[in-house]
Order: sequence, then structure tokens, then C-alpha cells
Amino acid sequence: MTANTSRREFLQISSGFLATSAIVGQVPFLGYAPNAEAAPVADKIVPTTCELCFWRCGVDAHVKDGKVFKLTGQMDHPLSNGHLCPRGTGGIGLLYDPDRLRTPLIRKTDADGTQKFVEASWEEAIALIAKKYEEMTAANEADKIVFFSHGFGSSFFNRLFAAYGILNHAHPSYAQCRGAREEAFGMTFGHAVGSPEGLDIANSEYLVLIGSHLGENMHNTAVQDFSEAVSRGCKIIAVDPRFSVAASKAERWLPIKASTDLALLRAWIRILIEEELYDHEFVKANCIGLEELRAGVRDATPEATFAITGISVEDILAVGRDLGRYGSKALVHPGRHVSWYGDDTQRSRAIAILNALLGNYRMPGGLIHQTKKFGVGTPYKFTKKEGGHHYKSRFPLASQTPANEVVDETKKGNFKSWFVYGTNLVQTLGHVDDTIEAIKALDFLVVIDVLPMEITGYADVVLPEVTYLERYDDLDDRVYRRPYVALRQPAVPPLKGLNAKPGHEIAKLLAQAWKLDPGLFPPIEEYLDNRLKTVGSSLKQMSQVGVMVKEDPDIYRKPGEQLRFNTPTGKIELSSTRLKAAGFDGVPQYTSHPENPPGYLRLIYGRAPNHTFGRTSNNRFLGELLSENELWINRITALDLGLVDQEYVFLINQEGKKSSSKVRLKLTERIRPDAVYLVHGFGHTDPRLKWAFHRGVSANEMITQLTVDPIMGSTGMKNNFVTFAR
Amino acid sequence: MSRERKYAMIIDTQRCVGCSACVYACKSENNVPEGFCRDWVVSITEGRYPNLTLTNRSERCQHCEDAPCVSNCPTAASHYAGDGTVQIDRDLCTGCKACIAACPYDARYIHPGGFADKCSFCNHRIQAGMTSTACTQVCPTGTLNLVDLNSNDGKAEALLKGRQVKQDKTHAGTKPKLFWLV
Repeated sequence: MTANTSRREFLQISSGFLATSAIVGQVPFLGYAPNAEAAPVADKIVPTTCELCFWRCGVDAHVKDGKVFKLTGQMDHPLSNGHLCPRGTGGIGLLYDPDRLRTPLIRKTDADGTQKFVEASWEEAIALIAKKYEEMTAANEADKIVFFSHGFGSSFFNRLFAAYGILNHAHPSYAQCRGAREEAFGMTFGHAVGSPEGLDIANSEYLVLIGSHLGENMHNTAVQDFSEAVSRGCKIIAVDPRFSVAASKAERWLPIKASTDLALLRAWIRILIEEELYDHEFVKANCIGLEELRAGVRDATPEATFAITGISVEDILAVGRDLGRYGSKALVHPGRHVSWYGDDTQRSRAIAILNALLGNYRMPGGLIHQTKKFGVGTPYKFTKKEGGHHYKSRFPLASQTPANEVVDETKKGNFKSWFVYGTNLVQTLGHVDDTIEAIKALDFLVVIDVLPMEITGYADVVLPEVTYLERYDDLDDRVYRRPYVALRQPAVPPLKGLNAKPGHEIAKLLAQAWKLDPGLFPPIEEYLDNRLKTVGSSLKQMSQVGVMVKEDPDIYRKPGEQLRFNTPTGKIELSSTRLKAAGFDGVPQYTSHPENPPGYLRLIYGRAPNHTFGRTSNNRFLGELLSENELWINRITALDLGLVDQEYVFLINQEGKKSSSKVRLKLTERIRPDAVYLVHGFGHTDPRLKWAFHRGVSANEMITQLTVDPIMGSTGMKNNFVTFAR
Repeated sequence: MSRERKYAMIIDTQRCVGCSACVYACKSENNVPEGFCRDWVVSITEGRYPNLTLTNRSERCQHCEDAPCVSNCPTAASHYAGDGTVQIDRDLCTGCKACIAACPYDARYIHPGGFADKCSFCNHRIQAGMTSTACTQVCPTGTLNLVDLNSNDGKAEALLKGRQVKQDKTHAGTKPKLFWLV
């Protein structure tokens, strides 16, 4: 192990790398061309699917002279409806990023012990991975390999590893993001909220946002719906320590003391029950556990809740009663990134319970149960490897393996290899030192990415993927309220001078090296065409239209419709059978969280509309308007501390961790005096990201205290506190 | 002979979330050089914690009816296009900056190509028969609306109905044609 530890140093650009990289030509970065036309006209327009975030809108790529010069929202795609968020337009900044990974890299150690990346052919790189995993499989260690992924392109690797017998998968989108919400709604309603969220925001008349900053959190369709609701006069209640853009649209902004949201939610549950404002008919017919719930929230009086949250009794009562008044036309938004304080499942449970009491289930303006896919079939069958071992999470109600649990188990030596697709775990999981310690304990790390993200610097093998604008992926056919199937296809061929490949080709090379069934990865165009033929279409047709949409006539429930829920009791569980059976509270109880140490402010974080956290912070096109994050600090607090607007400071957290780079202060009225706010995803530490390197500060780096949800392993990231150094 | 058009923009600040999608879309549509923009978002916070208001406002050339950039242009490069828009003939422009000094809205910049540049209401799109600009098309919140004030399609009336309308720097007397709904 020590040999490995010393071996795996973080590789920046070594001179060896620089020397050899000169072989590969410069990436033709598309900056402004002085002689270009004012407004070019496209030679061709290629409909495809966006990958700047994970929402997957339909985009039209406008191509002239072999270059994508513009991306616009597909008119018929139900997620874009002709519009795009800022990032969607910014895909050109990814495609023509001069820092893109150029060719496979293999870590080599010289005789004198110096480590460096050497450029490798695909044959060499694939052979090395194939051999390593064959050896591990032969030694009965296939269960010591973990496949990490984030994003749609991972589908080919899911199939590859299922066929080969690598069964451990982890996704940061679970325990670091939506996982607690999905488990909580599953426990309550029997199904997850889903992504895109099954919410009828556009028709809501009363929308309560718990920390959700729609408009800055810029999922295209969600924001379209939100603006539609605002425009129709929907009353917004924004619960947030920060005066978000959503709060500026709100009837009431409730600047809650961070970490106390669950107390406030319990108070509203109590009001709905005690004041008999819940939907009696719906609850009687469809819910169980009302009396347990009533008893379970008895202590959540408005007065007690004021003492915890800082929200006035008047506001607590007014919103609780308005929720009852609006009933099924009110919606308490379940949020999206919910791994905050370690009570995330129970907080999400409280949100689920509130919605149940409102009776908004499958009603206009309420929760939607998305069940229908467009339903493209596949004539291709493949055999999963039988009998492999699958890691079982130590968290009793986790349906996936939390990524941080993999980190813990790797440090203990229980996992020996990671295969990482499109997720920069070093900037994602919190507690960076822990992540790096785990990575150093690995025997073998493979990373597939488009850019030299930090994690690639620790890899044994780096495989460069082409961007979404240069490749096919599998068809996007997932449940949505308007079921659709959409195509991702290359707008342009892979850029010249880059030895990068699409994911499906990389998976195929590994499948060939492992001599798996050749039918596993037929030629991609043939594969897509044969799949589309199952719904009477073809690749030719789809390559022109991009998307096909159906309507789901059963979105709203019909009067008198009998409902059945996929919970242990078949009812909506106000008190959860599964939680009780696992030894947890059936009804959410509030427990307090760490308070600010003297002189420290709680670090909260969120998103800017221009960026998808660290994935886009090297994007020069997007970076022109937002190239670094700012630390939001209450103006009066800053004056008390002697801090000046726009000055650059280092951050130091409660465990003594100092930030690698400085951040600019934004003195503002728009935040509570006891908290500071950062946009997540800046402060990259890999100098190969030439644009993003040390611009702004990394929130992830300051998150060393992870408060883990004992129910399903959600890693709460908002129990960290910072002070400043010049 | 068709009637004369009079393009204007109606901008609903209630819908706007200040995301800047309009700025990015304009930049790629119009090949705007790095470091410059033809439209931008102004974000104004007023009040003291916790009693605050925030307004986000997408801004650009106002396509004034009485445009000082046109009257101050010594070469007639800046001109009225006859559809209610103000345009710049790049071949006539010498880059003298008289228009920049004259514009009350700071809507113009000198393009590295040596001429003044600004929002054109995407006149290349209008001429191609489209009814949207790049910014009105991309906007995910439905904030931005290109309207023809001489049209009888009812679009402008429907947007303005019952709403308080604000215009910027009307005291400059330029008859601007950006209307913000507040």
C-alpha cells in the first residue's frame, strides 16, 4: 500500500507531458474571428441533446464551414420548448475549449522515480485497463472495482460492466444531491420525485420553496414553469437564509436560520392538522398514520418554532393557514440538491407529508406522478454476468451506494479500483483530503473525461472523450409528463488534432478486449436505427426531427379515481412503516445542528445560472460573464469584521482548512448576518484548466465536515463555518 | 405596399430571473467579440436586510424614435431603417465615437473592426421573416417580447394590459422603445 501511496502523486503538466503533447496539434479554439460575418447563416442545423447540465434539453446546432457557431433551443423538445438557459448556448465553449484532453494518457514512473503522464495509443490504454481488470477478476476481485458516473453518456458503460461482471456503481447525484429526497418521497408516496421533477409548478397558485433557488438553479423547463407561475400571480414563499432571485418574486421571504428548515416544516404540518386545514377527504381515503403524525408534531408550536428558526409566529401561522386555504393548488417544492445537514431524509419526508396533507397529489398545481416513457424498444439482448458480488450499503434504507461510503471503504482497502466516467470526484464529494486519501489507496484509477479535471491528475489511465456535440449517445427515452424520445447525434465530426473518442467506442474497445459478445455494441448508427424502428421511426428521420413527443392523458387524477401507492401499506404513509422498521422516527423529529463557532459564519452554497458547478467553470464563453465566484457576506457583518467590498480574502474553516485561492467579497444586504454564500464549482486547482485555475474559491474544499444522514447516507455539506484571512 | 412597421421591445421584469441567457444568445447570434456585448442585465437591490427588493432588467439599444446617435453621426452610418429600428452601416462608419457620446443609454461600443456596434433588434432575422430576435427566442422565462407597435395583432396590447410600464431616461427626450413591465 505504501508503494501505491507514494506512486500516486497528483500529476500536473510535467515536462514530459509538455514535450510529447507538442505532437498533437493545437485545438482550433473558436474565438472571435475579425473577418467573420455579423450574423452567419448556417449551412446545416443539427438537432441534438444538450449535455451542459443533466436536464437534457433539445438543442439545434447551427453549423457553418464545419464549425458549430450557435446553439438554440429545439422548438418541439418538451424540455426546451424553443428556449435555452445560458449554459445551453455555451456548448460551443466546451466544444472549442483549448484545454481539452487530447489523447489517452498513461502514468509512468521513470527509473529515478519521477512520475509523469505519457501519451498513449488507444490500443495501449485499453489493453492496460483490460489486463488489469482481467487480473482482478481472475483473483476474484471484480467486486473491488467501483464504477462512478454522472451523466447520460454512461449508459454504454453500464451495459459493458453488467456484461463483464463489475457490479458496483456509485453516482454523486445520489448521496451528494437528490438521494434523500427520492428515498423520502419513496417512503411516503411509493415513488421518487424524479428528474425532471414531477411537479406541476406552472399551474400552482401557492408555491413554497425550501432553499430552492429556481432562476439561479437554472433547469430550463423548471424555470419556464416558475416564471409562468409568477406571471399568473402564483404566490411564492421563499424559505432561504439568502434573498435569492426566487425570494425577490415572493410574497414572503422567510430568512430562516440555516439548518432549521425541518422545524419550520413540522410547524406547518401541525397547523394543518390542529386547525383542521388538511384535505380531510383525501387523507381519509389515501393516507395512514394521521394520529401518529398529530402526536409526532405536537411540540412544533409556532412559538417554539420561532425560537429555533427565527421566523416570526405571524409568518409561520400565515403561511401554514395559506397552505390550508390553497389546498391542492399549493405545492411545497421538494428541492433538488438536498444533502445539507444530515437530517435530509426526514426533512424531505416532512415536505412529502405536507404535500400529502394538501391533497395536491396528481392535481393541477401539485405533485405529478410521471410514469410513462415514449417506449422505444430494443432488438438487442445481452447477457448480464451471473453470480457477481455487489456491495451492499451499510445504510439501511439506501437504494444506491453513497459515493462517500465508497471513499470510506476504499480507505479501508475494501475497494481497489475506480473507473470514473464524467465526474470530478475531487471537487464533488466534500472533504477533499479524504477523497484524495482514498484515491491514493487505490491500485488502479481510470478516468474518462473531456477536460483535464482534477481527478484526471490522479489517474493511472486517462481516456479522453469527445464532447456531446461530436458523438452519438443512446436514445433519451425516460419518464416525463410529456413522454418523448430524443436523439443525441454529432453536430460536427470529432475535432481534428484530438485523439478522443465517443463513449460508445470506448466501451466497445473494452468489450472487444474482454472478448464479450460482439452483439453488445453493434455499430452505433445501426443500433440506434434498429431501436427507432421499434417505434416506426428511423435514425434518418430522427436525425432530422431530433425528438418525438407523446402526451400523457393520465397526469391528473380523475374524480373518484382509486389510488394505490407502492408503499408497504399501499397508502401514503404519514408515519413511515419502513423508517420505523429500521429503527428511525416514523414521523420527522427535529434535532438541532452545530451552531456557528464564535467568529465563524455558516457557509452555504448554491448555483449561478451561467454554470453547472465545476463542469463548466473552464468554459470561456460562459466565463466571460461569470469567471469567478464571490463570497456573499452581510454588509453589516462585514463592516463589523473590518472587511471591504470587492477585496480578495482566503477562507479558513472551523477545522483549520485554508482555501487554495482567494475569493472576492460581495458585501450585500441579501443574506442573513450569520451566513455566507458561494456559488459552487469554482477555485479549480489543476493548472491544466488554464481558464478556471484558481479563479474564485472552491466551496467543496471548505466542506470538511460532512454530516451523514443515518437513514440513507446523504452527506450533508452545509454544517461548515468559515472565517477570513488576507 | 405594406404598412410601415415599428418594432419595440416589451420586457416583463416580473418574469425575469436575470440569468443572462439573452446576453449569451446575442453574442453567438451576432458574433459579438469577446469583452463586448449588445445586451446586458442590470440587477438592482434596494432596501436593507430583511426588507428588500430586487429588480433584474435586460437592457439594450432603445431604438429611439428621436435618436441622438443618428442626429450626431457625421457620416450617416447610424440611420433609421424604416421599421422603427436604428441601424449602423458598417461601411460608412469611421469609428469616430460621436454616437457613443450622444447615446444616453450607453448602448454602443467600438467594435475591434473599427466601427460602432450595438443591438440591431436582430434585423437580419426580421428581414428573413422571423418574428423573434435571438434574445426574445432564447429567453426561458418569457420576459422578452419583440412587438410591432404599428401592427394590429394585439400582442403589445395584451402584454401591456393592466401593467405598470416604465421607460428609462425619458427626460432625455429620445422617445425610447424599450418598455419594462414592473
